[in-house]
Amino acid sequence: MGMTISQKILAAHAARDVVKAGELLSCKLDVVLGNDVTSPVAISEFNRLKLDHVFDQDKIVLVPDHFTPNKDIKSAEQCKVVREFARDYGIKNYFEIGKMGIEHCLLPEQGLVGPGDLIIGADSHTCTYGALGAFATGVGSTDMAAAMATGEAWFKVPESIKFVYNGELPKWVGGKDLILHAIGDIGVDGARYMSMEFIGEVIRGLSIDNRFSMANMAIEAGGKNGIIEADEITLAYIKDRFKRPYKVYQSDPDAVYAQVIEYNVSDMEPLVAFPHLPENTRPVSEATDVLLDQVVIGSCTNGRIEDLALAASIMKGHQVHPEIRVIILPGTQQIYLEAMRKGYIEAFVEAGAIVSTPTCGPCLGGHMGILAKGEKALATTNRNFVGRMGHPESEVYLCNPAVAASSAIKGRITPPWEIK
Amino acid sequence: MNLTGKVFKFGNDIDTDAIIPARYLNTFDPAELAKHCMEDADATFPEKVQAGDIIVAEKNFGCGSSREHAPIAIKAVGVSCVIARSFARIFYRNSINIGLPILESPEAVDAIQEGDNLEVELETGKIKNLRTGDVYQATPFPEFMQSIMNKGGLIPYVMEKTQD
Repeated sequence: MGMTISQKILAAHAARDVVKAGELLSCKLDVVLGNDVTSPVAISEFNRLKLDHVFDQDKIVLVPDHFTPNKDIKSAEQCKVVREFARDYGIKNYFEIGKMGIEHCLLPEQGLVGPGDLIIGADSHTCTYGALGAFATGVGSTDMAAAMATGEAWFKVPESIKFVYNGELPKWVGGKDLILHAIGDIGVDGARYMSMEFIGEVIRGLSIDNRFSMANMAIEAGGKNGIIEADEITLAYIKDRFKRPYKVYQSDPDAVYAQVIEYNVSDMEPLVAFPHLPENTRPVSEATDVLLDQVVIGSCTNGRIEDLALAASIMKGHQVHPEIRVIILPGTQQIYLEAMRKGYIEAFVEAGAIVSTPTCGPCLGGHMGILAKGEKALATTNRNFVGRMGHPESEVYLCNPAVAASSAIKGRITPPWEIK
Repeated sequence: MNLTGKVFKFGNDIDTDAIIPARYLNTFDPAELAKHCMEDADATFPEKVQAGDIIVAEKNFGCGSSREHAPIAIKAVGVSCVIARSFARIFYRNSINIGLPILESPEAVDAIQEGDNLEVELETGKIKNLRTGDVYQATPFPEFMQSIMNKGGLIPYVMEKTQD
């Protein structure tokens, strides 16, 4: 019986030839990640072990990105804990503001994650790196602490659901919509404990930024990881970035899947996920009654250069609707710089949007655009839970960058084809 | 170990933002987190709950973010265990790692009502409803996870390994 790509990567990191779904393994890790919310808890747990060193100074990555630039005194104290830990333990990959970005945009960009890697991160969207053919999954702070000490973590070998996307991708439909379709179909726990494997001709033709958006939201279906086999697009992306040796894994032809779901994308429309779950998806053309107070374009899901290029191409020459606020969050400093050089930032500012420094900020109701009671936001982020962006009686709708940009101009949820 | 407490029931897909909203994540002081436990699902929960009380929830409890602050807040507010139809993966893992007892039992969730008093035997996974006298069975933990829990969480477990 063959193995899936996810099973192969876990097997390789447990020095095993064959593993089966359901087995518990102790695996060696290539990267251990934490941010300013989860690392302080992990550091406090790590300190209980009274060790004077971490397992590997090169394999730990610390990115203060959630409440930075420090939004208040308590956040500043938390960031200070992370900064001092990085200094004391010689953690090479600590990213201070000015160098930092939203972790899941930053790590691939900096070449810290690559095909065949096994990565854990104390952040649920760590699954993003599956877009590069890595096995990457979110854990909590205590797992991070133990991993910083031992370089290992335990895993239950997951079953997989295979999502096959065929057909011709319509204009305005992107990776965000492909994953929202899957979440809408199987629900927010449809892939609980399972690996989500994305394949098919549409995925083969999909840009790396769109692949990141897809793998990023595997967790919103309860998935343990989302994964796309590395191909020439992946290898072109990691060239000149990723310095370690890498290995490209593929699922065996006779690998067993818990479920196979096939899509023909040719008639797909961009989707909007209504409050308060990402599974509440509707075609954008059926969402146009929703009047907005705020639009957010960015996040670890859609804060990359292609996302900004798409939004800028729509907003250029238009004005933001007078009754709404539009917040753009480039994912990293490099993305910010590239967006500036290409004129996207100018287009946003001229349209009346604001452009923030990279931060998770409003996506999790941290800062930089919190909603008041009763307000509605359309966002290219990943979660629309109750209170996610602010007041418990506010609402978040999720969409792709093209829909967000069009809606910013009209002040209500608007399909991109309505903007001339 | 036996736990007894009164039941607070919750629905499907209670996410970690509802358990502890991100606006309180600028600290991980358990006492501070406890003040806001379950706030966006039931704002009065921290006032109502008594030490030992039990959360009973439908499917996919703890979905969303990986914040360990969620099980920390539940433990710190005095909840003795969480029983659910199913748990989201990271929450399940975090609870074991920090020593918050959790039990998966669809039959218990179907039968138990808000305000019932329960007696839970962790070793066997037996849940007794003191109102009706009925006993429900929870899915047993794999041995490996049981050994982490017996040591009081992942850090004591690793401590033993690193000091070998």
